[in-house]
Amino acid sequence: MGETKYLSGADILVRTLIEQGCDVVFGYPGGQIIHVYDSLYKYQNEITHILTAHEQGAAHAADGYARTTGRVGVVLSTSGPGATNLVTGIATAYLDSIPLVAICGNVPTTQIGTDSFQEIDITGVTLPITKHNYFVGSVDQLADTLREAFALAQSGRPGPVLVDVPKDVQVAMCEYTPQPPVEAEEKQAAKEMRIEEAAACINLAERPYIYYGGGVLAGGAQEEMLALADKIDAVIGCSMMGLSAIPTDHPRFLGMQGMHGHYASSMAMHNADLIISLGARFNDRVTGNRAKFAPRAKIVHIDIDGSELSKNISAAHGLRGDIKLTLQKLLPMVDEVKHNDWQAKVSDLRHKEEEITDSRQGVTPRNVIMTLNRHLHPNTPVATDVGQHQMWSAQYLTWKTARRFVSSGGLGTMGVGLGAAIGAAFGTGEHAVLVTGDGSFGMCLNELATAVKYRVPIVILIMNNGVLGMVRQWQTLFFDKHYSNTVLERKTDFVALAYAFGAKGERVADLDALDRAFANAFADDGPYVIDCAIERDEFVLPMLPPGGSMDDIIVKVGD
Amino acid sequence: MNRYTVAVLVRNQFGVLNRVTSMFRRRQFNISALTVSETESSDYSRITVIFDGEETYKQQLINQLYKLPDVCSIKEFNAEDSVSCELLLIKMQNDASTREEIRAAAEAFNAKTVDYAKESIVFRLADDSRRIDDFINLMRDYTILEICRTGSVSLEKGSSTIRKVTNL
Repeated sequence: MGETKYLSGADILVRTLIEQGCDVVFGYPGGQIIHVYDSLYKYQNEITHILTAHEQGAAHAADGYARTTGRVGVVLSTSGPGATNLVTGIATAYLDSIPLVAICGNVPTTQIGTDSFQEIDITGVTLPITKHNYFVGSVDQLADTLREAFALAQSGRPGPVLVDVPKDVQVAMCEYTPQPPVEAEEKQAAKEMRIEEAAACINLAERPYIYYGGGVLAGGAQEEMLALADKIDAVIGCSMMGLSAIPTDHPRFLGMQGMHGHYASSMAMHNADLIISLGARFNDRVTGNRAKFAPRAKIVHIDIDGSELSKNISAAHGLRGDIKLTLQKLLPMVDEVKHNDWQAKVSDLRHKEEEITDSRQGVTPRNVIMTLNRHLHPNTPVATDVGQHQMWSAQYLTWKTARRFVSSGGLGTMGVGLGAAIGAAFGTGEHAVLVTGDGSFGMCLNELATAVKYRVPIVILIMNNGVLGMVRQWQTLFFDKHYSNTVLERKTDFVALAYAFGAKGERVADLDALDRAFANAFADDGPYVIDCAIERDEFVLPMLPPGGSMDDIIVKVGD
Repeated sequence: MNRYTVAVLVRNQFGVLNRVTSMFRRRQFNISALTVSETESSDYSRITVIFDGEETYKQQLINQLYKLPDVCSIKEFNAEDSVSCELLLIKMQNDASTREEIRAAAEAFNAKTVDYAKESIVFRLADDSRRIDDFINLMRDYTILEICRTGSVSLEKGSSTIRKVTNL
């Protein structure tokens, strides 16, 4: 522990970030955070600040950093518009339970509540999209409040925490004594009796399916989950948030299930007599019509957040606790068994999936992603935006390393990708990839400036179909092809745009050119845009229509 | 459909009531009555929430409350093991023709006259919510000028306290 010093609030803020192990902060300066930026200048040898083009990009970058590292991402902004620009980024992190600390400046406490210039009640604004937030009314609370924010962001079910720091608090002087980094709240397994009941239920199952989500990544419970699957001869599927947690080619893994999930995974879940849910929350994109969801399955639901148990789907056994610790206790209680009939059934489903998988030649979405797969290293983080390209990425990308898929699941934030890819590159030190669409990329492409400024190595693949493809797909299927405002018909030249920002880029027309473009892009040390045209009426399949059940699953369109 | 009474001990901090009610609003929990007050310790405030719903609704509400960092403990009350009380102030029109009937009713309910003016009478009644409902219903036969009631507060019978309840 270091010695006590007498410092300004701004210095205390930055020193506390450093003491908490924060080595990079993403942000944007402004009038009410200017003192903190002066301290960042002073301590620039100990903490790096990444200046983005827009506060939203900074929030997404901190989010991408947190998703790939598992550490708390930190974002900094000024008051008013700076703070409101963070809102989409904070909400994105909140819906996906990503640990984030957002720090905003605000007007001096004497002016709070007077509608002064660039004043906004950001703690009020972010109340429903943060785990908790703080207004620091006095400098003597500043360091401990920040420490509490770091602890809270990573404790239990992680999430974003906002700290609002008025300007006079940044200026005021106070004693500061460095502290060791805070630790997350101690983890606990579910209650012994509940685990025993769940084990008894599991031991009666004949068709077990493990459905896991982002909670397995957050809780680092992959090993225990695979051990459980092996012991009870279960198959494994996941929500989109669970992708990359286990290697894609793991023999028990059927892939993502749900609205656009893998056929075999969704159907196996539908036919299971036991679903063990680990750190997942039965979102509507997962279940479809809840009344018809997995009609023969008993549900064992393990989650660190007790409020998720029986929130969406009624669980026979709800276990509140840390997944890793709970599984460690559960494992010795379950019988080692083989379910040959079930595995044979799953094998049939896999064959059926192969039959319906897109096997066309040429620049199809699947072939584009498969070409990308050949260029990925085991540690390459891949970020996406939101829409069809996101689902194709989720379906066809292959992962070997956990935390290498960065995608907005809960909120579905178009425009998240470039900022998140920048954060992922800083977090991992790896060459990152962004798979995006022309619609999503158009939302936040300003962050190309950031990627160029800091020479962030990012391969940016734009799957360019000239339309808002996911909405168009719905319009085709459910709105009589009324393509209301989904045909972009823009004249944006993405390659010229890349060069205008100081990046490189190329346009490709076939898979060979795409293959070469990836080689060029990975050989470059900065952002590299690949504009790859695809047909505008490609569909994401299979598709479970909204509110439908597995009987309604669409596997083919057009004939 | 059942009626539930839940007391919530929260950190006595600026904005904490807003955090609790904001959660109720965004998750569409419908609250029948809510009171908030200081407690035996200046570190805590106590919120009493009354709502109608099914068992799962109640459980979800309690689970969501537990996720708020300012919530320290939660206690659910049932009628047998607790005492509850609500306060009513009711202002009646003071008519010569009905004056005696109103005062007789108030006396029967042990409602106290706390203001008496030429044209109005104000009664105060502290009792359980059901008795307060009954008294108001009785008064509806006359001219009610204004009603104000606090919502019920509850304590468990015996020596146990909410602060001894551990989080789930």
